[in-house]
Amino acid sequence: MAERNLRVMVAKPGLDGHDRGARVLARSFRDAGYEVIYTGCHQTPEQIVEAALQEDVDLIGLSCLSGAHKHLFPRVVRLLEERDAGDIPVIGGGIIPDKDISYLYEQGIREVFTPGTHLQTILDWIENNVASREAL
Amino acid sequence: MSTAESIRAGDIRLASRLIRNLEDKNPRARELVKELFPYTGKARVLGLTGAPGAGKSTITDYLISSYRATGQQVGVLAVDPTSPFSGGAILGDRVRMQKHAQDRGVFIRSLATRGALGGLAAAVDDAVHVLDAMGMDCIILETVGTGQSEVDVMNNAHSVILTLTPGLGDEVQTLKAGIMEIADLFLINKADQKGASKLYQELMRMLNMAQEHHAGWRPPVLLLQNIAHPEEFARQVEEVRNKIDEHYQVLLDKDILGQRERRKARLQLGNSLRASLLDPVVRQLEQSGEMDRLVRQIVDKTSDPHTLADELRDRFLR
Repeated sequence: MAERNLRVMVAKPGLDGHDRGARVLARSFRDAGYEVIYTGCHQTPEQIVEAALQEDVDLIGLSCLSGAHKHLFPRVVRLLEERDAGDIPVIGGGIIPDKDISYLYEQGIREVFTPGTHLQTILDWIENNVASREAL
Repeated sequence: MSTAESIRAGDIRLASRLIRNLEDKNPRARELVKELFPYTGKARVLGLTGAPGAGKSTITDYLISSYRATGQQVGVLAVDPTSPFSGGAILGDRVRMQKHAQDRGVFIRSLATRGALGGLAAAVDDAVHVLDAMGMDCIILETVGTGQSEVDVMNNAHSVILTLTPGLGDEVQTLKAGIMEIADLFLINKADQKGASKLYQELMRMLNMAQEHHAGWRPPVLLLQNIAHPEEFARQVEEVRNKIDEHYQVLLDKDILGQRERRKARLQLGNSLRASLLDPVVRQLEQSGEMDRLVRQIVDKTSDPHTLADELRDRFLR
């Protein structure tokens, strides 16, 4: 019987057109056997959350290189909670200063990966921390 | 409220979870489809197919807008290919449709093919039932990027729309069997590119050669161009929707809808029967480790696939 594939969303919130990093991640998730929902650039947190619900994802990965992560990442977490979907873990990456990381943890972002992180480090984190949604 | 009732009441996350369990062949998911099935049969199903990059997702995006403008609820099942190596997939059709993400009258669900070769995913049959039972007026099935022979969409859709683009092959391609035969509507997308009028002429000649058209419906050929001007593109897609509606009316008037429904029911019964007979057997063989032993016998030439299959049939179907 087919094992249960993880469904992972890779999204870029806000006014940021630099999606090379997000696409590299999406590709490596594909190669790790995940079903990757890729939504492209310039997404509002609202769009990301609605898409995540419609796609029943196990994880949301946000990429932000514009400097707006302190606003956008927590907003996604809040909106998920409002939609009774606070159980979906959110991780983030991009150009994020070290001094912001503890703030993001406080706001409910589960993990933050900055430039230079090995892809395998991210995959290991997912394997250890993300469970596929239970059957109904 | 029961799970089935919540889904019918529009719980999108539960519906998506159910579709996922169907993709995973979870036996409980079949039970839920049984509960939902009596509430199906109202939705119109459109199939949108064509080569990778032909513009299916973009056209779907505009069709959603067009149907929403008439107040209809729209469901989309968008299929992208599964990697034969990792089992993973990039489901990227949403990129073109994200402006509808917050519209509660639109439900977009991406599916991976998971080995299905007909252009759709195995769970699509049931996923259509789920969206139908949720009250979607119109369901758009977007196939994977297709080649010549991925024609499964004809068994699920009331109207099949084939999206072509200029610059692929000569007139012989229009003679070939397969995907060119299943279209109820042809679209030439990117028609501002070189070769569009040639393709149009070739399609016209192909259609002229037909001895008779099914139900007297000659598939129209529409050109779409100038995506850089969204309003102009939207007007052209409006015309596509008019043609789809005309086609549906023909299906109704000539009682062809009934034929298509019977064909679909026959196929789905066959698929479900195969699954209910085969899946538990394969599961048991995999779990017990017997599958590995059987595979070795075939590779070692101590037996062959047909002998083993016959033995298994006799054992399990006693």
